[in-house]
Amino acid sequence: MTTIFGIPLAALFGQLLIGLINGSFYALLSLGLAVIFGLLRVINFAHGAQYMLGAFVAYLLLQYIGIGYWPALIVAPLIVGAFGALVERFLLSRLYNLDPLYGLLFTFGMALAIEGTFRYFYGASGQPYAPPALLTGGTNLGFMFLPNYRGWVVVVSLIVCIGTWLLIEKTKIGSYLRAATENSTLVQSFGINVPMLLTLTYGLGAALAAFAGVLAAPIYQVSPLMGSNIIIVVFAVVVVGGMGSIMGAIITGYVLGVAEGLTKVFYPEASNIVVFVIMAIVLLLRPAGLFGRDG
Amino acid sequence: MKPFLEIADLHAWYGESHVLHGVDMTVGEGEMVTILGRNGVGKTTTLRTIIGILRERRGRIVLGGKDMMDVPLHRTAHHGIGFVPEERGIFSTLTVEENLMLPPVVASGGMSLDEIFELFPNLHERRSSPGTKLSGGEQQMLAMARILRTGVRVLLLDEPTEGLAPVIVQRIGEVLKKLKERGMTVLLVEQNFRFASKIADRFYLMDHGQIVGTFPVAELPDQMGMLNKVLGV
Repeated sequence: MTTIFGIPLAALFGQLLIGLINGSFYALLSLGLAVIFGLLRVINFAHGAQYMLGAFVAYLLLQYIGIGYWPALIVAPLIVGAFGALVERFLLSRLYNLDPLYGLLFTFGMALAIEGTFRYFYGASGQPYAPPALLTGGTNLGFMFLPNYRGWVVVVSLIVCIGTWLLIEKTKIGSYLRAATENSTLVQSFGINVPMLLTLTYGLGAALAAFAGVLAAPIYQVSPLMGSNIIIVVFAVVVVGGMGSIMGAIITGYVLGVAEGLTKVFYPEASNIVVFVIMAIVLLLRPAGLFGRDG
Repeated sequence: MKPFLEIADLHAWYGESHVLHGVDMTVGEGEMVTILGRNGVGKTTTLRTIIGILRERRGRIVLGGKDMMDVPLHRTAHHGIGFVPEERGIFSTLTVEENLMLPPVVASGGMSLDEIFELFPNLHERRSSPGTKLSGGEQQMLAMARILRTGVRVLLLDEPTEGLAPVIVQRIGEVLKKLKERGMTVLLVEQNFRFASKIADRFYLMDHGQIVGTFPVAELPDQMGMLNKVLGV
């Protein structure tokens, strides 16, 4: 068997793939967090719950109305995004004039309430969600065996991340968003409806989280706790990448996912803490994050 | 001249602090009016209150016959009024062109991109650089240009010449004269008295959050004594 530094190549690539999969979810989730934080200045603690909601909406759609994976990939983010937009318009928007801590406390409370509700009905164990028939099985790449669904997750999350980045950096609506992030009062004085922009942005962030949730359903099972399991790492990703940097959040998501995977190969004991060790080092050397704009 | 912008008994507050104490002024259609006054007497606050950035306000603001007091900030521009702040507000994450195209067109009759680039050739050359990579003078041109595109009929301009080289100040003066020829109504706050005297039709003198005097540009020589006293120059 081929080895590198005494590690079987198949094991190395296997962990690299798991790292890339985790990294895809980190990137999708930290991207939404960064977009929301950039414009709303709210640390969205409900992001994990919105991810979990995405998975559950997909599960419930299949269970009760027979709507399968492919439509759910569109419908679940729309539902969760609309829910997020309503929450922003009627609840979160009332907190903007207060200390930022209130936004954090509110979204944290909302996350607890949503997760608690789903735990009450579904317990802590996961519900199975089968991958779509089109993507079952795997492909032998020669050096490793790639489950098709996992390959799909890596590709589609990369497309969505780049698509979101293009939306923000290259379009008219994105220029509104960037300008409002810098100086929302002035943008408003130009006649741009910034309150509406805030609502749409929060909805977009929630929809991205839900999209990640649907993607995750066939891999991690659908569980009320799936959001709180992943969200702490995602916060670390955002801190490492730099709050409010879109590209930073995406790149850091993938890099930290892969770093975690490689640690599992070379020093498995540290794999659960490597992200936080990197976070601590980055905070010491570059408090604004790797891609943050200033210190 | 028909008043286009009427302000009556305008009060404004920053939190607890009462900063405007009943400002009264009118600006006629196509008129260029300059507010003079020492630092901290409420000139900038007056502009910020008129446009609606400062919401803790009381009194009357009427624009083209429309009462503006209850109009939300993001609708104000649609009534034909634009604001260029003292700090210019050029966005660093937007290119020059994106900065220019950012404010929505609110009425017909604004300048076309061709006209803008003719008036400000530098902006055309540098349209793909980040907005804040421009020099101070170019940033001021950009801040004015992006409002001129929107078709607003009233321009609130806060110290456009501050910190700029004399040659740039002269250029801004030329631009303002062109705007006047196009019939733009301008309310200008300016510390540079010599600059203002060349372009303004009329002056308001402000002190302690109130208007303490007004005179047309023709009376300027007679008012110099009083001005020197109030402005402390």
